[in-house]
Amino acid sequence: MALLELENVVASYGAIEVLHGISLAVDQGSVVAMLGANGAGKTTTLRAISGRVKVYGVIRFDGRVISGLAAEDVARRGIAHVPEGRGTLAQLTVLENLQMGACLRRDGAGVKKDLDRVYEYFPWMPGRLSQPAALLSGGEQQMLAIARALMMRPRLLLLDEPSLGLAPTVLRSIFQIIGKINEEEGVTILLVEQNAKTALRVADRAYVLEVGEIAVSGSGADLAQNESVRRSYLGY
Amino acid sequence: MATDLFLVASVQGVIQQVVFGLATGGLYASLALALVLIYRAMETLNFAQGEMATFTTFIAFSLLVYLHLPYWLVFPATVVIAVLGGIAVERVIIRPVERAPVITLVLVTLGLFAIFNGLSGLIWGYVVRPFPSPFPTTPVFIGGVGISYQDLGLIGVSTAVLVLIWLFFARTKVGLMMRSAALYPESSRLLGVRVGWMLALGWGLAAGVGAVSGMLVAPITVLDPNLMQSVLLYAFVAAVLGGIDSPVGAVVGGLVVGVLLALVGTYIPNVQDLRLVFGFLVIIVVLIVKPGGLFGREHVERV
Repeated sequence: MALLELENVVASYGAIEVLHGISLAVDQGSVVAMLGANGAGKTTTLRAISGRVKVYGVIRFDGRVISGLAAEDVARRGIAHVPEGRGTLAQLTVLENLQMGACLRRDGAGVKKDLDRVYEYFPWMPGRLSQPAALLSGGEQQMLAIARALMMRPRLLLLDEPSLGLAPTVLRSIFQIIGKINEEEGVTILLVEQNAKTALRVADRAYVLEVGEIAVSGSGADLAQNESVRRSYLGY
Repeated sequence: MATDLFLVASVQGVIQQVVFGLATGGLYASLALALVLIYRAMETLNFAQGEMATFTTFIAFSLLVYLHLPYWLVFPATVVIAVLGGIAVERVIIRPVERAPVITLVLVTLGLFAIFNGLSGLIWGYVVRPFPSPFPTTPVFIGGVGISYQDLGLIGVSTAVLVLIWLFFARTKVGLMMRSAALYPESSRLLGVRVGWMLALGWGLAAGVGAVSGMLVAPITVLDPNLMQSVLLYAFVAAVLGGIDSPVGAVVGGLVVGVLLALVGTYIPNVQDLRLVFGFLVIIVVLIVKPGGLFGREHVERV
């Protein structure tokens, strides 16, 4: 069953239309990757879902229309968006960043349990809770962003280029954790990436965007093996 | 022997002035803190902060004098009224221009200044009125230094307010959400925070702190619609000195300004009348030497 559905979604910044009618579906429990070159509209698609750009068309989450909702209301429905630039609350401490993720939750015991869970994924975190998040490295900030999103206990996690600016080893461990979060927490994930090779390894399904439209879609494995798709769209 | 006596007397005199300065400084500090709370949330000064405080002080006056309610009931009740009023002002008047350029916001708060000043005059008139003080003006002698209960009370109440505000921001979830919303509105929205309401709450808190400041100032001077205008100017000086985006700076700045003015007013001949000039001199020096203020950040561009 599709947890998230986009039907003919059009979005523009001012007079410039960026998405020309995107339709896609993200199944409950799956990892879906959105690939494509710079400026293809990947980030805008995520912003459309989380209510940060005005859209025409219909976006449905769990069977209910969410297009037109404000960003904070989309978040309250259970969609966590780790934006471009990681959304780090730089002047706040690491712990405060995590607390902000859980700021709307009233189940104190559950929050505590989730904190411990997050520390299992990121063992370096407990020792640095009182540091300002600005002092973390890029990879650590990416991990903190994912951890903060997990503290929301979301049903859908939107990740915008988690690989951006990371060293290969860090990138590998982050994608490992993304896979684990999907399997162990049952969180559905929609992932935007330029690093197609890595993304296709974890993705059940992938969409390739080209200038605001979906050019190709298919299972992760199919796209990874399709020679012509690889050459024309994925560039490796 | 005679010179020794003179020296002792003047040391006591200085201590006396310092205590007096801390008491008035506490007033500047509270209003400066109110300014900083709003500055941090929307990067603009609320020029109406003082007039809003005056308005709520008049409400306290009515509750005390016309309804004969006891002081320690009126005090918290006025703070609550001020908080709700501050929230209402933000929701009704500021919200429509929330995303407007800073100059628009400044003009709107100047408009609010005129509105609240006019309303106070319209409702309560321009006659000066005595405002009751909960503290006696009689002095208590500590080590030969005479300090009035009034001054001690001022220091006590402003300290309590500042500590409470600090605890609220450092220790409570709503305080954390307000800090996050002020610093990172977009990221906070993605975490489900209603940023607009956090801003309204900021206005409410600022109005509450301002109300306390007004109720403390009125007994020292007299109550009229222009009650807080000079206090507001010194609060500006305090906020700039401390760093306009730093709550700690506002407090330290307020105390420093209070003590400086007390000492300068007492020991430099003819300066009593030039206190305001002296205050602006402080602003100019700070802006030249350390534009960020004592505790503020130097201007940082967001990338």
